[in-house]
Amino acid sequence: MSADEPQPDASGPYLLRLFVAGTSARSLRTVETLHGLCGTHLRDRYALEVVDIYQQPDLAQRDGVLAAPTLLRIAPPPARRITGDLSDEERVLRGLGLTASPGGADGR
Amino acid sequence: MSELIAAPKLLKAPTGITGFDEITQGGLPTGRPSLVCGAAGCGKTLFATTFLVNGIRLFDEPGVFMSFEERAEDLTANVASLGYDLDGLIAAGKLAIDHVRVERSEIEETGEYDLEALFIRLGFAVDSIGAKRVVLDTIETLFSGFPDQSILRAELRRLFGWIKERGLTAVITGERGDGQLTRQGLEEYVSDCVVLLDNRVEDQITTRRLRVVKYRGSAHGTNEYPFLIDDEGISVLPVTSTDLEYGVSSGVISSGIAGLDAMLGPGGFHRGSSILISGEAGTGKTMISASLMDAACARGERCMAFVFEESGAQICRNAGSIGLDLGRHVESGLLRFEAARPSLFGLEMHLARMHRDIDRFAPSVVVVDPVSALRGPMTELQATLLRMIDLLKSRGVTAVFTSLRVEGSELGDDLGVSSLMDAWVKLLNVEANGERTRTLYVIKARGMSHSHQVREFLMSHAGIALVDAYIGPAGVLTGTARLVQEAQEKAALLRERQERQRRLREVARRREAIERQVAELRASLEAADDEEAVLRQEDELREAALAEGRRDLAARRSAAE
Repeated sequence: MSADEPQPDASGPYLLRLFVAGTSARSLRTVETLHGLCGTHLRDRYALEVVDIYQQPDLAQRDGVLAAPTLLRIAPPPARRITGDLSDEERVLRGLGLTASPGGADGR
Repeated sequence: MSELIAAPKLLKAPTGITGFDEITQGGLPTGRPSLVCGAAGCGKTLFATTFLVNGIRLFDEPGVFMSFEERAEDLTANVASLGYDLDGLIAAGKLAIDHVRVERSEIEETGEYDLEALFIRLGFAVDSIGAKRVVLDTIETLFSGFPDQSILRAELRRLFGWIKERGLTAVITGERGDGQLTRQGLEEYVSDCVVLLDNRVEDQITTRRLRVVKYRGSAHGTNEYPFLIDDEGISVLPVTSTDLEYGVSSGVISSGIAGLDAMLGPGGFHRGSSILISGEAGTGKTMISASLMDAACARGERCMAFVFEESGAQICRNAGSIGLDLGRHVESGLLRFEAARPSLFGLEMHLARMHRDIDRFAPSVVVVDPVSALRGPMTELQATLLRMIDLLKSRGVTAVFTSLRVEGSELGDDLGVSSLMDAWVKLLNVEANGERTRTLYVIKARGMSHSHQVREFLMSHAGIALVDAYIGPAGVLTGTARLVQEAQEKAALLRERQERQRRLREVARRREAIERQVAELRASLEAADDEEAVLRQEDELREAALAEGRRDLAARRSAAE
């Protein structure tokens, strides 16, 4: 399962910010899913910041976040945002620009 | 005991929007969301902004503006022309603006989510300034950003519940949709109070209207009310009064024309009455109303003139030709002209504008010159005039309407509102003998006796003067005919006098003759008397002579015996 390589300009480090609402089951699940995804697809080429919007509502305002959970890809540009608990892995990867290699058939 | 039964009254948060609080009997429901919907460009955002700014300025209730469309800078710039300093209010910690950008292309849905972040942001903004009022403008934008409608609807329901829970008075704006009030059926969720704004174009003239569609737990005006957006913000005009309970004033005001006053029983018009001055072009309607204005200002009262065909300066100049100096009243602030082209706005807007100006200037006399310049569909025109009259009456304002009569118009010169007028002065140019003569008469004057004569009037540097009517066997005559008739009468009078003198002289002559005859007869009588006396004397002498003769004879006879 380690054959996956990110396709597009994957050279730079990924800067991700995840907004969650408190420590609800959904928040925890989302954080867990994201860690899993990143560990799989980005290995150590990423920095993840998890923001609890209850704690830092000003950050949610600054980044224009409405829904929770919301994942922001800050780098590499352009900025992207992904809403939801990240349970649809294919869409998450597409949103992050980490589409699986065509021949891999490895979306699990 | 009865105090216990008294139901708690629905609390209302005044919007500070002129007229709206009257219609809703106090404003929007406190602590609940209200929906303000309407098509694009009908003033939703301005309504919402005014609600917030007034809340801060007038009622010390801080507010949060959550904008889903315009950026904070744009909002600030848009309302700066109304004198709303949003930046200043933000700096003072009374206002928070949160611009929520929703762009569909940016959002990828990857499973379950909720709008908790929106709640938290709103809650954060509310808490940061202790807001009591909230505006969400226009929340339906969310529908374009989040394709999953079921989540969104559930979240909106939760949001409105949350607003109620927090006791926030909220205005939620929504775009008008087909067949329903809002595109996404927001009225399903916000059901306490729904206000519909409308912007209709008829005959190329736009009129803004507002209607309170529903207001749970409260009575409210149900009509469509015109409203005005201009450099002074929004004003809504509850111009349809339901009753006729005017305070009646019995004072009498002069028309400024002595002759006209004299035609009216009490010496003028009743204060607070509606006066219609109708006539064809060039009959002097404006000048008569100018006299009324001058008279009002001379009494020290405020007078406001809504003129639709001339500018105020032009009327002042023209009034100068009949010796009225209106300019000095304008300068002293007693007289104000509000000139506008009739086609500038729709009828409702004219009414709305008048309403606002009258409330602000508080005149005791209002002149509308001419009311017939207002154009529109017949029914609407009459309804507007009715409300205009209503408006003025309810404020005890003496109203002077001039109306141009057009020959051959199916519409009477009273525009179908004569029954609402308390007094009606009709001006008529009489054409006869190759000249025109200005005449006027009082068709009606409620609550007073008045002259029924047609009177001629003259306009000169000395003002407007009514000429004493010539009333003779040939009827009432005016103009040259009057002069001719008067000359004829004078001649006839002279002739008559001469005739009488002639006859007097004749009588005197006859009398002299008779007296002469009497004298002659008397002389004859005396002559006869004389003759008689002479005769009598002769008789007596003869008798005496005879008696003496007899005595002599007797004596002689006795002596002889």
